[in-house]
Amino acid sequence: MARIMRFASTMLANLFKPPVTTKYPAEPIDFPEGSRGHIEIEIDKCISCSLCALNCPAGAIKVDRVKGTWEINRMDCVQCGYCTIKCPKKCLHMMPGYTEPEKEKKFDLFQRDPAVMEAERKKKAEAAAKAAAAKKSLAAKKAAEAAAKAAESPAAAKSEPTKAEQKPADQA
Amino acid sequence: MARKTVVPFGPQHPVLPEPIHIDLVMEDEKVLEAVPNIGFIHRGLEGLADKRDFNELLYVVERTCGICSFGHGNGYVQAVEKIMDVEIPDRAKFLRTIWAEIARMHSHLLWLGLQADQFGFESLFYEIWRIREKVLDLLELTTGGRLIFSVNKIGGVIKDIGDDKMKAILTNMSSIEKDMRVVQKTFMGDYSVQSRTKGIGVLTKDQIHELGAVGPVARASGISRDMRKLGYDGYGMIDFEPITSVFGDCFARIDVRLREVFQSIDIIRQAIDKIPQGELSVNVKGNPNGEALVRIEQPRGEAIYYVHSNGTKFIDRYRNRTPTFANLPALCEMLKGANYADVGMMVVTIDPCISCTER
Repeated sequence: MARIMRFASTMLANLFKPPVTTKYPAEPIDFPEGSRGHIEIEIDKCISCSLCALNCPAGAIKVDRVKGTWEINRMDCVQCGYCTIKCPKKCLHMMPGYTEPEKEKKFDLFQRDPAVMEAERKKKAEAAAKAAAAKKSLAAKKAAEAAAKAAESPAAAKSEPTKAEQKPADQA
Repeated sequence: MARKTVVPFGPQHPVLPEPIHIDLVMEDEKVLEAVPNIGFIHRGLEGLADKRDFNELLYVVERTCGICSFGHGNGYVQAVEKIMDVEIPDRAKFLRTIWAEIARMHSHLLWLGLQADQFGFESLFYEIWRIREKVLDLLELTTGGRLIFSVNKIGGVIKDIGDDKMKAILTNMSSIEKDMRVVQKTFMGDYSVQSRTKGIGVLTKDQIHELGAVGPVARASGISRDMRKLGYDGYGMIDFEPITSVFGDCFARIDVRLREVFQSIDIIRQAIDKIPQGELSVNVKGNPNGEALVRIEQPRGEAIYYVHSNGTKFIDRYRNRTPTFANLPALCEMLKGANYADVGMMVVTIDPCISCTER
């Protein structure tokens, strides 16, 4: 049944209730656990694989493998969290707390420890050298094996050319 | 014989949260014809689809619109899963159902607030958005995002709702239901609301059939069509009936959406009751090859997702038909013969989501 002022009791009750909103700048915001605010990186764990940069739907992440930097454009990031799934070392985390509005685009640059990078580079070079050496030795081994095989059946290998040599002689 | 004039409605108008332009051909105070014009916020989603790999595209698709975000992500992953012949675990299905229903509540509450604001009932608008804040807090608690959740992935979901969070959902549902009873009484029983909405913008069942309207607009005219009845996600294991009304006017559309909020609360309770323990996702290997068409029920109605892929990691074509796009012809039919003062009301009652429409 239609009635006027049906909402009056709620309106009157609201006069004596505290506001539901918080006094935001004075009171800090209470984010629940797992809130999608911004990406944080544990730069020590990062190996500059750049999977995060390749898979970012917004293209907000830039990785320089040579310099060892990891850079994020906070304004481009859409907080999808795909990089945290893709990271093989699990060093990216989605943390609560939004990026504050600013007049200019905000970039955050993280630099990996040069000593760690140097050690990694050396290790890589060593591994590469080792691999090259292993390859060389393998090639040498293969060549030796082939030679040995050839040596094992000299008759079979040599008989053909002798036959061939003989043929023209016969004809002649 | 009065002279015909063309009055532009939108793209900027107090009732419109998003830009749509309608040319109203008027004779005195009566609308003779309405010509819609869209394309103000076109972003070229279909073009983006072949520049992102199919996993990344999910995050792009989810950001088509802020309100139907979960539905878009859900439809897209379902289409890709259909192509790749992936059967997701039951727990993931139920989690998707729970999130979809909470998202439906948040969308309907947003719309009810806008509707109250549209006919000038400011305090009701604030009351509804106060209730909606609880829903948004629930979403942030369970998914991490307030509007865009990014919890789906191809092959399942990435987040679980623990038992304590399930309890939080249930307690919040009780308080929301209690608050919504008051709001429902006000909407359904208030004299001024009825005088603004009853008998305005009537569409008959036949007209709806002809114009192909979907969702609450169709259900308010007595067509019992609800894509959730197809049984995707966990809906096949949940007991519910589509909510319909027979009057087909603005009042009936408000009524249908109000009752759908209670239906969502009921579905969430059932889903939490029936949810099995188990894995959240299955491993998916390879690239999709083939095509699939998926229909899901968004808060605004039936949405269609079509994905065509060629076996590489970039899909060939992605298209979605959104509910507002299907409801625009119904709106134009509704506007014929309407009073100019009721135009805003009718535009709002189809729940226009222009970001979805223009993609």
